[in-house]
Amino acid sequence: MNVQPILKMEGISKRFPGVQALHDVHLEVLPGEIHGLLGENGAGKSTLMKILSGVYRKDSGRVLLRDQEIEVNNPHHAQTLGITIIHQELNLMPNLTVAENVFIGREPNRFSFVQWRKLHEQTRQLTDRLGIHLPPTTPVRNLSVAERQMVEIARALSVKSQIIIMDEPTSALTENEVEHLFDIMRDLKAQGLGVIFISHRMDEVFQICDRITVLRDGEFVGTVQASESSADEVIRMMVGRPVAEFFGQGESHPGDVVLEVRNLSKTGTSEDPQKRVLSQISFRLRRGEIVGLAGLVGSGRTDLARCIFGVDPRDEGEIYVNGSPAAIHSPRDAIRAGMGMVPEDRKLQALFLAMSVQANTSMASLGDVAQWGFISGGRERQVVGSYVEKLNIRLANLDQRALDLSGGNQQKVVISRWLALKPQILIMDEPTRGIDVGAKAEVHALMRQLAQEGVAILMISSELPEVLAMSDRILVMHEGDLVGELTREEATPERVGAMMTGEESSLSVGKYEEA
Amino acid sequence: MAGAKGAAPAEAAARQNRFSLRAFMGRFGALIFLLALVIFFSALKPNSFPTPLNLFNIARQASISGLVAIGMTFVILTGGIDLSVGSLLALSGIVAAAVYKGGTGLLDTTAGETSGVGVGGAILIACLVGLAGGFAQGLTITKLKIPPFIVTLGGLSAFRGLTLLVGNGGPISAFDDNFKFLGQGRIGELVPIPVIIFLGAAVIAHVILRYTQYGRYVYAVGGNPEAARLSGLNTGLIILSVYMIVGLMSGFGGYMLASRLNSAEAIAGVGLELTVIASVVIGGTSLFGGEGGVFGTVIGSLLVNVLTAGLTQLNVISYVQQIIIGLVIIFAVFFDRFTKARRS
Repeated sequence: MNVQPILKMEGISKRFPGVQALHDVHLEVLPGEIHGLLGENGAGKSTLMKILSGVYRKDSGRVLLRDQEIEVNNPHHAQTLGITIIHQELNLMPNLTVAENVFIGREPNRFSFVQWRKLHEQTRQLTDRLGIHLPPTTPVRNLSVAERQMVEIARALSVKSQIIIMDEPTSALTENEVEHLFDIMRDLKAQGLGVIFISHRMDEVFQICDRITVLRDGEFVGTVQASESSADEVIRMMVGRPVAEFFGQGESHPGDVVLEVRNLSKTGTSEDPQKRVLSQISFRLRRGEIVGLAGLVGSGRTDLARCIFGVDPRDEGEIYVNGSPAAIHSPRDAIRAGMGMVPEDRKLQALFLAMSVQANTSMASLGDVAQWGFISGGRERQVVGSYVEKLNIRLANLDQRALDLSGGNQQKVVISRWLALKPQILIMDEPTRGIDVGAKAEVHALMRQLAQEGVAILMISSELPEVLAMSDRILVMHEGDLVGELTREEATPERVGAMMTGEESSLSVGKYEEA
Repeated sequence: MAGAKGAAPAEAAARQNRFSLRAFMGRFGALIFLLALVIFFSALKPNSFPTPLNLFNIARQASISGLVAIGMTFVILTGGIDLSVGSLLALSGIVAAAVYKGGTGLLDTTAGETSGVGVGGAILIACLVGLAGGFAQGLTITKLKIPPFIVTLGGLSAFRGLTLLVGNGGPISAFDDNFKFLGQGRIGELVPIPVIIFLGAAVIAHVILRYTQYGRYVYAVGGNPEAARLSGLNTGLIILSVYMIVGLMSGFGGYMLASRLNSAEAIAGVGLELTVIASVVIGGTSLFGGEGGVFGTVIGSLLVNVLTAGLTQLNVISYVQQIIIGLVIIFAVFFDRFTKARRS
């Protein structure tokens, strides 16, 4: 059978300053097909979908919609072409009703006055078509996440979409809701639409997708028939590159336990007070070792780091530093206990962009260069200067604003801030995100050196090769659980990948038990 | 060494060092505008405007709102705002006056009667009332997480009501010379004492903001509150403290105004928040927090008062003055954004 594809993307490339985000990527979607798009974080899935939905312009390549070459200029243009994207964080106006959201900007009207009856009737037709019961006049803020998704899908149908892109639609749903969503997806499929499904959950991908395309490092790895492939094969395609050598492995000699976390649990996020964020996490960190914390975005790895550092409150669990219980309820407490944390997003959570490199570097350790509350400018410059030199931070002068530095140098400033405190424990969340290759290698070398000096490092990274190459031990999280602990020898990309996606769990780590 | 590694930073350094009119105007724009105004009014009124006495009177005019503006600078640097300053100033003034005279009634306003707490006591009480008001508002902002705009809007109304209650709706007037000395006195028959106090306070505030740990933290909390917390700063305490500082300045300003007018008016400081916030903003402190300083605020205070006084001396009616001041505020912020646009 030879069906004409709805969508063909051929040889798509996209470059951002310093990064080749996509290189010669292909994607083909048939009518009535659910097509899985897989790859690690940063593999280029989002960039590809943003090109398709008109957020970014491609550098080269062709996009064909039903054999017609198209140029998607902006998101609105994508919509008129019949391409709709349903984002992870839904794009609805909470204070408007279901009907108003579905038809926003396109309300049936006469002389600019909305015809409410017609609006509600048309909305009901759409929800009926989806087989869901949602009163058109309900405000969206009263709906669950799953119901909101349905509203987005109804909106997609109302604009006569041919292609619906769903970016991790199941991440916030319960099992029943996922089933319902899949029924609707099968419905859309029966109506001849093409659905692009982005998910990290292998079981779901194999349950619902007809074909799967895998990207890795911005490159096209392949497209497989779901019925002829397996989770193992796809995981291998996702991660199976030779583990990069440039990380440089070093010898480490882990010493005494400096940090011990026992049964740490947390329930509830700002969006969903019921969500289990962390359940009964226990682990130890030793002097001079680098422990990698792997897991998908949303697996709870960042929440764990934030709870340990006292940024977010925990519901249960104790933290021990050097064998004695540490009462950590704020970052101040954590710092006093000898910790430092390089947070996930340096611009939002770490840097004072309008302030000088000097002020940024000394922020956590000002007390060391001050007397009676007065900062000794000379001593501050001396200390900051020594770290600038040690970390090879490239800048014009210490008064330069943090804003004007490159990503790699900004990150080094953030790391220096903690080094100036001489921490025993350093938590690093995505220490090399968004920095160039050279700076990355320098940060890695620095981490090795710190470990050798006896600092215990807990490193979170979305890049599996980085986790594999840097870690003496690897902890793997999946949906709020610590599902695996692997030594460097045991850790293969396939095993860690399988644990991250919930395919394998090796846990003897589980609950803490008195030894 | 720190610098000069690779070509790019060297270039950036050269770019920074090169004279940039935009950057220069960004830094000294308010000062240049102030000098231009002085020259302008001097040219139009060569006999009356540029005399030392007139200029010092304008500076005296600026000094009480300027004191409060110094406190407000701290608040705005953290990204906050305090609308209650005028009411708190009036409350502090009237409480201090009542205690000083040992009564509040309109009848016992004859000069010379005192309760014996003395001028020191009166100043202390005014300051304490201001501190308490700032403390209450700061605590509400940090503990109940209510936006400062709302809390101090409430304070604007509540403190005024309290002032009217304390003074029975009227002023407390006619003090002895001791009470009036700080507000009305001059050094060498020329330099008003309030001006000296204003400039002294500005110097102290400048030193605190530039050279102390606390000052650094104020900028940090305003620049990026999340990063400040993650760096181990006690952000709640820092925010509480800036409202106490502006409260203290309002309280002291309340005494100074009563002293200068020889009367603690229940309606003192009505609309003061406008002048004060205008002074800070015209002085280049960002309403988003994290950028600015006291030097700019001093210039801003003087500028607003030179403008008002100059226009008055040119017989421009006060309605029109208000329009002009309003436009200047908007222009100052636009100008500030314009000079900063290229720097990022």
